[in-house]
Amino acid sequence: MAGDWKQLISQVPRQKGRIPQIGIHLLSCEQGIRPVDIKQTPLYDFHIANGARMVPFAGWDMPVQYAQGIKAEHLATRNGAGLFDVSHMVQVELSGSGADAFFERLTPTDISAVAEGRVRYSLFLNDTGGVLDDLMVARLDGNLHLVVNAGRAQHDIDHLRQNLGAETKSASTKIDVHHDKALLALQGPQAGAVLSSLGLDLDGLHFMDIRRFELNSIPLVITRSGYTGEDGFEISMPAAAAVKIAETLIATGKVTLAGLGARDTLRLEAGLPLWGHELDETITPTMAGLKFALSKKRREAADFPGADVILDEFTHGPKRRLVGLLAAGARPVRDGTILLNDGVEVGVITSGGFSPSLDRPAALGLVDAGLADTGTIITAATRGNETPMTVASLPIVPHRYFRG
Amino acid sequence: MLKFSEDHEWAKLDDDICTVGISPHAVEQLGDIVFVELPDTGTSVSKGDAVAVFESVKAASDIYSPAAGDITEVNSALLDDLAAITPENAMQNWLFKIKVSDVGDLESLMDEDAYNALIG
Repeated sequence: MAGDWKQLISQVPRQKGRIPQIGIHLLSCEQGIRPVDIKQTPLYDFHIANGARMVPFAGWDMPVQYAQGIKAEHLATRNGAGLFDVSHMVQVELSGSGADAFFERLTPTDISAVAEGRVRYSLFLNDTGGVLDDLMVARLDGNLHLVVNAGRAQHDIDHLRQNLGAETKSASTKIDVHHDKALLALQGPQAGAVLSSLGLDLDGLHFMDIRRFELNSIPLVITRSGYTGEDGFEISMPAAAAVKIAETLIATGKVTLAGLGARDTLRLEAGLPLWGHELDETITPTMAGLKFALSKKRREAADFPGADVILDEFTHGPKRRLVGLLAAGARPVRDGTILLNDGVEVGVITSGGFSPSLDRPAALGLVDAGLADTGTIITAATRGNETPMTVASLPIVPHRYFRG
Repeated sequence: MLKFSEDHEWAKLDDDICTVGISPHAVEQLGDIVFVELPDTGTSVSKGDAVAVFESVKAASDIYSPAAGDITEVNSALLDDLAAITPENAMQNWLFKIKVSDVGDLESLMDEDAYNALIG
């Protein structure tokens, strides 16, 4: 059972009667059977010292929450600033004269339009238009800096290496995986003020910009981006400096440590997809509400993986769409719950849980396009009961990015 | 007599009335509780029946009856303030009471030392 702790929720049985204990039992069980080869980020001891509850996640031992709990950490991020260790995400650099063409062969991004100092959201696609992974790509010092999901990192590195070839005949492309870096996310409306108070000059650094900084002689690469819907920053640094940077941020007194639990509730409210839930090899960007990630130039050229499927959906609409879903009652509707309309299956909950900001259950789900309009009532089949859910537009909680 | 189940319920027996709650360890593992469902008074239950539900932000858990019998009382005051469900008061926050048909049902449960050894 070790692995992605989120799987625990997706295994909640939906029928009534004698069912296996999934919550308490497996959560405690996992503590006992942590895989022997589980990885630790450079902040592992820091997390323990700060009262984190650690859980296995995508092969890493990660803080799911600290003593305050998920709700408090979530609200502290929405109202102030939360600090997340996201060092489990993998940083990959593509360099060489063939890097742009190589990247474009795997994604629908017009990378030539990504100027120095800019960041884009992108997708590795398969030939049927499914999403192999989502990622961030930045251009810094001319090279492409990618951040990919922890759970897909090995897949993505293999994918990159296996596809490297065509361009190398005429142009060089190099893939470097930076295992010696840590990544911290400082998120929330006070995040900018916190960094400014430490002497970092953020002037001109807007949403989806990247720039080099230095703090106490430690070199940092900071992007103004995140996974919460708030203004915020993702800070890359040498692994050896991670504890010092984290302690410096906490010492401002304005930063709350937040774990993967709050990271998940924040991104759910922000309507941001999580691979394995809102995205997988069978879910297209058009279904997942990611049309913005399909560059116009690339759509016109129709030269990305799965272009025929995706462009047909782009024009005529996908069969299913990602929507927000708010349950009528107080009980969370969990991942994997089937959605019904007049007894016919019309969708599935992809991420279901609780929204601390709204203080009520909230979910993301894929539903038939004809039922995706805001305000539509759909039935969730929960453990033999039927819970009415209302389609809500995304994001569930408005984004507050800093666009200058 | 206080006993614990492998599923992290505690059960306290006075004569033939068994008071049931969930352990401090379980509350700590679940984290912020956002939903609780308790059984109805008068319900007849079998040993091992799922009779209550706890849901936190990230996890869901069924609570099983440690014995067969009838539910005589339910601590519905818990539902008024879910934030008060904490590890510190988990042993006071009982969920329901059962008039047990056979006190022998509880013999298979662990004593406190064995339970503490289980959770490490």
